[in-house]
Amino acid sequence: MAGKKDKIKTEKLTGEIRIPAIEPGATAHYKPNLAKPEHNEALGFPGERVKNWKVAAVDKMGDLLSKYRSLQVYMDICVKCGACTDKCHYYLGTKDPKNMPVARQELMRKVYRKYFTIGGKLAPGLANAEEMTEDVMDEWYNYFHQCSQCRRCSVFCPYGIDTAEVTMAAREIMNSVGIGHKYCNEILGKVTTVGNNLGMEKAALKNTLEFVEEDVEEEDGVAVKYPLDEVGADVLVIAPSADFFSSPHIEGFTGYGKVFHEAGVSWTVSSYASEFANFGMFIGNYDTMKKVAQRIKDAAHDLKVKRIIVGECGHAWRVAYSFWNTLIGPFDFLDPKYRAPTHICEFTLDLIKRDGIKIDKSANDDRIVTFHDSCNVARASRMGDMPGGQFDIPREVIKSVCNNFVEMHEDAIREFTYCCGGGGGLLTDELMDLRVKGAMPRAQTLHEVVERDGVNTMAMICAICKAQFSKVLPKYGFDMEIVASVHQLVANAIVLHGKIGV
Amino acid sequence: MGGVSALSFVYIALCYIATAVFIAGVTSRIYKYASTPAPLKIPTTPAPTSRAGVAGRLAGEVLFFTSLFKGNKWTWLGGYVFHAALALVLLRHLRYFLVPIPEMVALAGPPGVWAGVIMVTALAYLFLRRMSVDRVAYISSIADYFVLSLIGLIGVTGLLMKFVIRADVAAVKGFIMGIVTFSPVQMPADPMFIIHLSLVLILMVYFPFSKLMHAGGIFFSPTRNQVDDPRERRHVNPWAAQ
Repeated sequence: MAGKKDKIKTEKLTGEIRIPAIEPGATAHYKPNLAKPEHNEALGFPGERVKNWKVAAVDKMGDLLSKYRSLQVYMDICVKCGACTDKCHYYLGTKDPKNMPVARQELMRKVYRKYFTIGGKLAPGLANAEEMTEDVMDEWYNYFHQCSQCRRCSVFCPYGIDTAEVTMAAREIMNSVGIGHKYCNEILGKVTTVGNNLGMEKAALKNTLEFVEEDVEEEDGVAVKYPLDEVGADVLVIAPSADFFSSPHIEGFTGYGKVFHEAGVSWTVSSYASEFANFGMFIGNYDTMKKVAQRIKDAAHDLKVKRIIVGECGHAWRVAYSFWNTLIGPFDFLDPKYRAPTHICEFTLDLIKRDGIKIDKSANDDRIVTFHDSCNVARASRMGDMPGGQFDIPREVIKSVCNNFVEMHEDAIREFTYCCGGGGGLLTDELMDLRVKGAMPRAQTLHEVVERDGVNTMAMICAICKAQFSKVLPKYGFDMEIVASVHQLVANAIVLHGKIGV
Repeated sequence: MGGVSALSFVYIALCYIATAVFIAGVTSRIYKYASTPAPLKIPTTPAPTSRAGVAGRLAGEVLFFTSLFKGNKWTWLGGYVFHAALALVLLRHLRYFLVPIPEMVALAGPPGVWAGVIMVTALAYLFLRRMSVDRVAYISSIADYFVLSLIGLIGVTGLLMKFVIRADVAAVKGFIMGIVTFSPVQMPADPMFIIHLSLVLILMVYFPFSKLMHAGGIFFSPTRNQVDDPRERRHVNPWAAQ
């Protein structure tokens, strides 16, 4: 734990994102906490750094180069045009040039050249090749834990080089020689044993759901069910576990229940797979990612549901949308009428369009809303049938439940959106300085619409974004309450009946 | 090889060696890219949902540098002008390799000369940009300046032969056709031509082992060449244990 440090200096809000001059070494001192042996071992990695780690790391790199076309091609073809250099929120916020995507990739590329290219072997000096050393590994550990794998750089790269692929490979290599990051590895230990990232047992989960039920009944006077482990329900709902306890996550989760209630669709949460998040992606480990996902398939099977609908979580939606079918598919035991998986926004919008729920938009009239596109949803997934549905569908949901909606600057939304600053397995206290600085671009663009349009709500569909912004936006002077779940807005505006059915 | 001088003989041999290295090198890199599996669906979205759409996306990247255009207009301008000019220059150079000269190549003659001037100018611009933008200077290494200089010098020596120290074009074509038809002809004793040719040979040998492989590599970039259809169509990971 970093403890009570000096106040982190935040950039003055002007509404503009300025490209800073480079400040070499600005974040060289960050040292994310190392995983303990038991965290590593639980995931099948060596507990501590192995004796021949240099050789082992290079061998692992060779293994990954033969397994991932992305890595092999991206190691070779960067021309260093510089188009990515001003695109990373961490560079813009920290000014450290090693946070420029190409420079981050270069940390791996120089080792790649040394061991895997003719030029690097013959003339390392001319080819910019470097041996794997203690110093190199220190830099890897530091700077590959300053990438949130948000893929913004890959949008602007003429070859689509995706730094996330490089970061994932680097973390996989480090884990394979016993150098793990505590935050991700400890959490993955919990989800693969208890079933969620928090290590929340079934009894606690049950209590939470009962609490939500009571809350809704008290507030709305309607008995909405939040069922757990109900065999034979139509829908298995997989939510990020933060939805069970954090704010504004839980307000969103409350909204899912109201939507299902009004739709007359039976649903359930699973205590065995009570986590949508899949940090296996963050550490680039295929088997761990598969193992975490497999619990969800098994739960769907055991609960005999017809479909899986997932909640508001960005990276998890990437894993679900893009990877589930590969990792744990096919989903032939589910009803083929429905998309497997379905995003809650897809479900809700469809319902709204078919007049399946009654909405009173005026319930949100005290809000002027903008929408933050979460990186993994924006650049690594889709919703609906059309490319770009991942941008339009959440916006349509918001516009159907709110009268006042405005967009942030066009260079900072949709595919150009900025990461919240806490994604990719970096949502940990010891990296608070990085997280605050990484949120600068979003803070500036938010400031612009707050000043110009009086925005008081920034809605989003990612548990990490919600947690990160709730924590760091106040450091820029925003009210924490500005952060909202999309289904929180739905929950406010939905008019509850008894079951009406569709 | 009775009728040629020792120097000609060496250069003719080097031409065959460089061509062989270029073709074998590029082919082996491309084979490596093509044969390395892509375990997961990772297109940068929004992405096309059909193969035809992906072809369009790649065509946009290759013909118009669409992503770079989004990224940086000035770099796009320099890079695009350079590549377009290079394409014209290469087209023009086919006149030295073909008998008779096809109409297309003949037409590219006059504009090809001016394209050479524009190409060298664009390279100078890219070189200066690389040095003067602090972020780009930080990421630039010897190799990056080397390639710009090499191609720049090839352009300059070519232009010198056209405008200043005129080369005997007929002799040059005779020499090249001799190589193409495997019937060696004496190399013109023109120092500028020999420098020009030497630099080209260096470029050809260097190409497959360098970042110049971006030329073929782009087609194998999963973020650009994959169809966005993971829910509709199960993508199977070739190396996953079933």
